[in-house]
Amino acid sequence: MAADAIDAAARIYPLDRLDTRTRVVVAVLLVLTLVSLRSWALLGVAIIIGLVLTRLAGISSKQTIRRLLHVEGFLLILFIALPLLTRLPPFIEIGPLSLSLPGLERAVTIVLRISAAALVVLSLFSGLTPTRLGHALGRLGLPSRLIQVFLFAIRYIELLRAEARRLHDAMRLRGFLPGTNVHTMRSYGHFIGQLLVRAVERAERVNEAMRCRGFAGRFPLVTLEKLGLVDIGAAGLACLLVGAALLMDRL
Amino acid sequence: MAHIPDGVLSLPVLAVGTLAGAGGLWLGVRKLGDRDIPQTALLAAVFFIASSLAFPLGPTSVHLLLGGLIGLVLGWKAFPAIFVGLLLQALLFGFGGLTVLGVDLVNMALPGVLLAMAVRPFIRAGNPVRSASLAGLSAALSVLVTAGLVGVEIALSEPAFAPAISVMAVAYLPLAIIEALVTAFVTLYLLKVKPDMIGASTVIGTTP
Repeated sequence: MAADAIDAAARIYPLDRLDTRTRVVVAVLLVLTLVSLRSWALLGVAIIIGLVLTRLAGISSKQTIRRLLHVEGFLLILFIALPLLTRLPPFIEIGPLSLSLPGLERAVTIVLRISAAALVVLSLFSGLTPTRLGHALGRLGLPSRLIQVFLFAIRYIELLRAEARRLHDAMRLRGFLPGTNVHTMRSYGHFIGQLLVRAVERAERVNEAMRCRGFAGRFPLVTLEKLGLVDIGAAGLACLLVGAALLMDRL
Repeated sequence: MAHIPDGVLSLPVLAVGTLAGAGGLWLGVRKLGDRDIPQTALLAAVFFIASSLAFPLGPTSVHLLLGGLIGLVLGWKAFPAIFVGLLLQALLFGFGGLTVLGVDLVNMALPGVLLAMAVRPFIRAGNPVRSASLAGLSAALSVLVTAGLVGVEIALSEPAFAPAISVMAVAYLPLAIIEALVTAFVTLYLLKVKPDMIGASTVIGTTP
C-alpha cells in the first residue's frame, strides 16, 4: 500500500495502491516481454492494456499523447530508413524508390512495440515521485550509497537550477544572445564551469554540516509501504499476461 | 542525452548492456566514500541541468551530452552520477526507457570515463592550452564513441537497420565539434578557478 508522506494530499489513483517495488518490477517484466513479441495482434492488445494502465495511473490523455509523440520522433527516422535501406526482398518499385516489404513489416512491429512499452513505462514508472522511487530502489537492494546520491541530487536540483537561472539572467542582461559561434561556446563553457565550481563549494559546506551531525554515508529509508494482497494480485496478473502472451506469440 | 527507447533493442543486447552498466556502477559506487556522496550528487544535478541547455545550431539546436567532461571531473563516479541523471529524466520528463537504462548508462558514461583516464595524466594547471585541447579532443571522441555504441546496439538488434547507421553517425559530427569547444572552455575556466576539480595539480607552474 502506498502511503507516501509527501503525497498525502494528492489524489490516490488505483495504481497508487500498489507498492512502488511492485510497480517497478512489473514494469520491467512487461517491457521485457514486449521486446520478444512479434505478433501485431498481441502488440495491439498490449497497447490497449497500456492505455488502460495510464487511466488507472491518473495520467491525462494530453500527457499520454505528448509522450507518444516524443517517442514517435525517433521512430520516424526508423520508419523511413528501414523499408528504403534494407536489402531484404521482395521489393515494391515506386518510381525510383524500392520499398522492401519485410523492412516495412519490421518497421510496423517496432512502432507497435515501442508505443506499447512507452505506455507501460509512462503509467507504472513516470508518475512516481523521485523520493518514492529512491526509497523503493533502496528496498529492492540497490547499494545504499547510490540511493543517497540519488536522494541528494533530488534535494539540490531545484536549488542548482535556480542558480543556473540567475547566472543565465545575468548573461542575458549583459546582452548575451546565443548563436552558432565561438563566443557562445566560450560563454557556455564559463557558465557550466561556474555552475560546477558553485556545486562543489556547496557540496563542501553540505558535507561539513552532515559530518557535524554524524553522517556516515547512510540515512534510514523511512516508508510505510508494505507488500499487500493487491501487490500479489497485480504481480500474479502480470505473470499470467506475460505467460499467455509469450505462449500465443509462439503459436 | 542519447536515448534509445524501450522496445528497440533485442534481449541479448539488453542483457550485455545491463551487465556492463551494473559493472560500471559497482566500480563507481566502490569509489564513492562517505565524503563524496554530496559532491557526486550535486555534480550529477549540475550535469543534468547543463545537458538540458539547448545549443543553437543553425536553425535548430542540440543538447550537449557532456560525457567527456563528466568523465574528467568524476572518473568512475560518472557511472552513479549519470545513472541518477537518467533516472531523473525518466521520472521528470518521461525521456528514455526502463529496460534500456543499463545500455544508456554504458553509452553515456563509458567513453567519457575511459578517455578521461587516458588524458588526465597530461592535464596540468601549468599548461592550460595543452590541457584544454586534450579535454576537448576527449569530449569530441566520447560523443562519437557514444553515437557509435548506439548505432552498433541498434544494428545488432535489428540487422536490417545497419545501413542507416552511417547516416546517423554523420548527424553527430556537429555536436562533437561543439562539445569539444565547450569542454575546452570549461577546462580552461576550471584550471584557473579550481584546478583540483579536474585532477590537475593545484600548484601552478610546476611541470614535473
